Amino acid sequence: MQLWLIPTLPLAGFLINGIFGRRFPKSLVTTVAISSVVLSFLWVLHTINAMGDLNTPRAEHYFTWIQSGAINIGCDFLVDRLTIVMLLVVTGIGSLIHIYSIGYMAHEHGPNFGGYYRFFAYLNLFMFFMLVLVLGASFLLLFVGWEGVGLCSYLLIGFYFDKKVATDAGNKAFIVNRIGDFGFSLAMFYIFKNFGSLDFDKVFHQAASAPEWVLTTIGLLLMVGACGKSAQIPLYVWLPDAMAGPTPVSALIHAATMVTAGVYMTARSWVIFTHAPGAMDVIAIIGIATAFMAATIGLAQNDIKKVFAYSTVSQLGYMFVGIGSGAFSAGIYHLVTHAFFKALLFLGAGSVIHALSGEQDIRNMGGLRKKIPITFWTMVCAWVAISGVPPFSGFFSKDAILLAAYGHSPAIYWIGVVTAGMTAFYVSRAMFMTFFGSYRGTAHPHESPAVMWVPLAVLAALSLVGGWLFPIPAFLKAMFPAVEGAENPMLMYISVFAGLAGIALAYLMYVLKPGMADSLAETLKAPYNLIYNKYFVDEIYSATVVRPLVGGSRIVLWKGVDAGLIDGIVNGVGARCRDVGSVLRLLQSGSIRSYATWVLFGSVALLLAMGLYGGLPR
Amino acid sequence: MMSAVPISWFLTLSAILFALGVAGFLFRRNIITVFMSIELMLNAVNLSFVTFSYQHKEVAGHLFTFFVMVVAAAEAAVGLAIILTVFKGRSTLNIDDVNSMKN
Amino acid sequence: MDVILFLIFAVVAVVCAINVVVQTHPISSALSLVGVMGSLAVLYLLLGAEFIAAAQVIVYAGAIMVLFVFVIMLLNAGAETKKGRSYLIPGAPLLIVFLGLMAFFVQRIFPDNTMVRFGGFTGGGPKEIGTALFTTYLLPFEVTSILILVAIIGAIVLARKEIE
Repeated sequence: MQLWLIPTLPLAGFLINGIFGRRFPKSLVTTVAISSVVLSFLWVLHTINAMGDLNTPRAEHYFTWIQSGAINIGCDFLVDRLTIVMLLVVTGIGSLIHIYSIGYMAHEHGPNFGGYYRFFAYLNLFMFFMLVLVLGASFLLLFVGWEGVGLCSYLLIGFYFDKKVATDAGNKAFIVNRIGDFGFSLAMFYIFKNFGSLDFDKVFHQAASAPEWVLTTIGLLLMVGACGKSAQIPLYVWLPDAMAGPTPVSALIHAATMVTAGVYMTARSWVIFTHAPGAMDVIAIIGIATAFMAATIGLAQNDIKKVFAYSTVSQLGYMFVGIGSGAFSAGIYHLVTHAFFKALLFLGAGSVIHALSGEQDIRNMGGLRKKIPITFWTMVCAWVAISGVPPFSGFFSKDAILLAAYGHSPAIYWIGVVTAGMTAFYVSRAMFMTFFGSYRGTAHPHESPAVMWVPLAVLAALSLVGGWLFPIPAFLKAMFPAVEGAENPMLMYISVFAGLAGIALAYLMYVLKPGMADSLAETLKAPYNLIYNKYFVDEIYSATVVRPLVGGSRIVLWKGVDAGLIDGIVNGVGARCRDVGSVLRLLQSGSIRSYATWVLFGSVALLLAMGLYGGLPR
Repeated sequence: MMSAVPISWFLTLSAILFALGVAGFLFRRNIITVFMSIELMLNAVNLSFVTFSYQHKEVAGHLFTFFVMVVAAAEAAVGLAIILTVFKGRSTLNIDDVNSMKN
Repeated sequence: MDVILFLIFAVVAVVCAINVVVQTHPISSALSLVGVMGSLAVLYLLLGAEFIAAAQVIVYAGAIMVLFVFVIMLLNAGAETKKGRSYLIPGAPLLIVFLGLMAFFVQRIFPDNTMVRFGGFTGGGPKEIGTALFTTYLLPFEVTSILILVAIIGAIVLARKEIE
């Protein structure tokens, strides 16, 4: 079935563009990059076709990677229903975003067309690693992809490497991810210790009979990794800063694919989690807390990309609520629909920014719906989807999650409903402030070229119909255990009502009575400040973790241990040698008689030694 | 017995002569006197050799003495030539002044 | 009889040796050294080393000491002046300890059972020396002859006048 072609095609694109791209004309770079991803997508379709019966997973073994004593880890790829869903999302939306990037990155400043070839090379490399992550048949191979996408995220966030904001954000992303990766590594060690292997089939086969506390520990450690990669509390802080990268990067990596790797990984390990209900509760609580908190922060942000970034964090929280409530397929369902409308929102935002020649603050926008109509109408599709308006895609997936959550714990359901309302509110706020009213800025808005709005249109269509075109829970029912969702239509009405209420409230505050928002912010100044400043989480982290660590490193480890102790010892040895030498130097007095005295002294010492130890007859 | 000398007396005499040679080497400043002390030490050692040769009733000790004498002669010749050269350069026979190898 | 001989010449040797060390003028030291060598020659005779005794007188006292005297007169060395560091303080105790240790070891190792008598060893004559020298010790003999050659060349090179 040649599964290896799926990731290798983008890898080839990376190598060609990375090594030779500097000398290629722009069109050649584009061709190589786009074709590698599109061909990969086509091969995915071919694979699905060739699989025939989708209920049996197919595995392909390529070579033995590590063989040492008890450890035997091969390079195996696995395809089952879950993999197919992820593959389609990654390659499909990846292709669309690649095409969009042709237009977005067309006018960069700098040598080599502003690093055009470098951008597409990194993007292709990212596709390679993400596909390895999804196709991997063992935790270790998944981890290879996990780390690789983290690397590409760093490279792409810091794409504008001459801006300190961007490089700092890249560092932050990588470092915070690393903390999560540490948890993941611990999980892998523990899995290996308990089950003797890292392959999915072997581990899950034995997991059903393992003691619960073992599985809970593994589950919690895996969740730490997922918190890092999928931006949950407490490791979400990197994602808003990651908006310093180019917008297609935000769309692809920080909305549709990389951040969903944590959700995928927990769904893949569903066997472990279903036998560790404690871990599941923790996941659900973290998910809903993150969803709520990020939504509150998103209410007050003025940078359009930041609004959507916090929205991503919030929606990822929803996915984990689904996973934590046992509805794995609901979580994956939301992953897919979120990929549609969030990628669309980001790409649309990129189109707006492109139209305004770089403006990102929504306070300087307005009335753009007449000026950039295609962007406007496509974003409307995403807007209604994310607000959970039936019968669009977001409604189905969010509803599935909330239903499952109610079955797990009603409190989570109610918080989720409030969050849904807030989600609808802040997205509507962004839309109203950007597209309605009168234009408050100074640029000359112009519509994007076709290469940019065609992907927008495709995604818009998917956002509208993707819900019933791709009924994921039914597709995945064969894999995951069914969850008794409370079939209460009342719950559904409440969540829809919350979404509509959010839209209506935003309409009131930003279209009918434009001054109302500012006066509300004035009266509720303290809470407004709190959420505007993101609850000062970054500042708290900086004060409690970053500065002590850096200070400790600098003062204790660098000056104290390294310069003081180690250099002291090494230099001290040298200095002592020099001192001994300068004393011994005095022996060389040049005076023959002193030499002779020393010789006499030596011979007396020898005689004494001979007498005491030499074995003379007593 | 009156007509026999214990061998240890010879060796003690050799030790005393050797010590006197060392004393001359350490405490005198004239280069030539130092040289003569060296010859004194060599003589003391010669006496030792001959004594041991008597003890073992072998002739080897005498031969060692012979070679020591040859070497002492060669050494005296060359050494005095060196002293002559040094004297020509510095016009002093004080051993403490020959200290350019200091430090 | 042998004991008396030994004692007399031993005392002479020690006194002359002390004189070598103590005298200020080098010529006096040289003449005292000749006295030491003479008494040592007698002691060699007592030990039955006839050849060595003769060699001592001819080579040592007759050639080497004469060379010393020539050089002392050539350099016109005067009596030693009193200046410079004295190594008496570190040297004297060390010397006493050294001598004490040597004497102690000698007494310990050689108890008074071997006696020296004049005529107790007859293997020290020229015939025996020559036989050993040209058979067992041939190699050292040849080497020392080269050594003497080198010494001669060295002495000539060192002491000649510079070629103008």
